[in-house]
Amino acid sequence: MTQVPEITIHQVAKRYQTLTALTGVDLTIFPGEFVALVGMSGGGKSTLLRLIADLEQPTSGQILFDHQSREAAAPVIRVMFQEDRLLPWMTVLENLSFKSTDAKTKAAAVQLLALVELSDYADAYPGQLSGGQKQRVALARALMSHPQILLLDEPLGALDALTRRKMQDLILSICRQQQLTTILVTHDVTEAARMANRIVVMKDHTNLAEFPGPRNPHDARAVGTVAEDALQVILHETPTQTAQELSSVS
Amino acid sequence: MQKSMTYSTPAVPRPHRQRPALTAALPFLLPVAVVLLWQLGSSLGWLSSSVLPSPWAVVKDGVTLTLSGELPKNLSISLYRATVGLLIGGGLGLFLGFINGTSRICRLLLDSSIQMIRNIPHLALIPLIILWLGINESAKISLVAIGTMFPVYINTLNGIRSVDPDLLEMGRSYNLSRHDLFKKIIFPAALPQILVGIRYALGVMWTTLIVAETLSASSGIGYMATNAEDYVDMETVVLCIVIYAILGKVSDLVAKGFEALLLDWQTTKRSEAA
Ligand SMILES: Nc1ncnc2c1ncn2[C@@H]1O[C@H](COP(=O)(O)OP(=O)(O)OP(=O)(O)O)[C@@H](O)[C@H]1O
Ligand SMILES: [Mg+2]
Repeated sequence: MTQVPEITIHQVAKRYQTLTALTGVDLTIFPGEFVALVGMSGGGKSTLLRLIADLEQPTSGQILFDHQSREAAAPVIRVMFQEDRLLPWMTVLENLSFKSTDAKTKAAAVQLLALVELSDYADAYPGQLSGGQKQRVALARALMSHPQILLLDEPLGALDALTRRKMQDLILSICRQQQLTTILVTHDVTEAARMANRIVVMKDHTNLAEFPGPRNPHDARAVGTVAEDALQVILHETPTQTAQELSSVS
Repeated sequence: MQKSMTYSTPAVPRPHRQRPALTAALPFLLPVAVVLLWQLGSSLGWLSSSVLPSPWAVVKDGVTLTLSGELPKNLSISLYRATVGLLIGGGLGLFLGFINGTSRICRLLLDSSIQMIRNIPHLALIPLIILWLGINESAKISLVAIGTMFPVYINTLNGIRSVDPDLLEMGRSYNLSRHDLFKKIIFPAALPQILVGIRYALGVMWTTLIVAETLSASSGIGYMATNAEDYVDMETVVLCIVIYAILGKVSDLVAKGFEALLLDWQTTKRSEAA
């Protein structure tokens, strides 16, 4: 595997017709870093992720990989979406290999299924799996082509607290072990604080603030403190605007 | 008939709790009871044989016509016309549905014209087709082809156009080639709807063929019925109607079999998980 590239987001803006989703985003993400994007709904988190993933193009500004264009650097980026987006007509194993007949691809799929502890379900269809199992398949699929950059858009939003916690640990261990750069979008500040090296708060259509993750992610109190700090910024940084919105409604 | 061409996709059957033997027998109960009542009515003289011959008389007629070779000959020529017509019409419908579903240019160029032609009842074309092609095989086959093309076309197009865009986005971001996108995402996603179209086309196929054979033919089941009508041969007329019912049912069963085979992923539910 080639060296994981540094991602530079430079003055990126994204507009949909008259609606501004992002403006003036400047952010550097270092190789192997685990960054969490948190913020209010509609704050532009998914949009930023989609721009990095090349699913959409920025209206202005640029995203560079090791200071090169996307075409030159050709980073291997995989997205794990909020919904599992598994193909219901393929078995779990085929969802990883896309029915490739290549022996190496198949072997890799078998190996990754073991990693997410779903070897027993290789021949099951997604319709036969629970929500958490489906997300594990989606995670395994995202890891199939040895991504350098893994983008996670609230992949755990629909899971119960226990399953969610287990998935967090699974993702963390895999990302550390494979030294991927990971960007996780989440509503849950505690999840962000538990998992990330750095927490970026998206607000007012830009990256407004950031916090380092707790030094010891197993220290629940440290995690709580960081989460609370992030929450305070999300909620109160511009109280006047919220007040205005409230008064204009009434 | 035209409006209901796009059905919703077949629903997943619910597990039922009745005893399997009883459940399997239940659909046959009504037809068997009707035939028994009919036979009883004929035997007791309530039903005059000039109005409706008894089931037994119809069966006897069927045996005679089979032994004389008349029924097998007419049946096979009808089956031949139906199959060839469906293959041509269905093939064209699939092809047009695929190109219009995947290419915007093709869709803009062709779809509105096809939709316009679709609104002409294809049986209205019978006089024109007879004038053009006479009463030979190609006339009947063309009519079946025209009739079956539209339901297949519409359902194929509809199936392809309603593929979940999220799955397509996933496929693209996972670097699937255009060919793989079609083969592994678009086609399987559209398949249930395509099969609905084919099943509908099977119904249209028989109706068209019967009308065409009744109006202009010198062979086939439809011709057999018209011919019998001329000789006031009630048994054969009823026999032909029964044969239509059986043919319709058989093609429906074949279509259902294909659905079960091709869409096994739809019916495998969590209860059957490993
Ligand atoms: N394809 C689109 N067309 C028009 N507007 C869009 C589109 N995608 C996003 N937006 C708008 O851009 C803004 C940011 O959306 P985005 O999905 O990035 O928010 P988010 O932070 O991910 O929110 P959530 O936490 O609810 O997922 C929203 O106001 C949204 O309505
Ligand atoms: Mg979002």
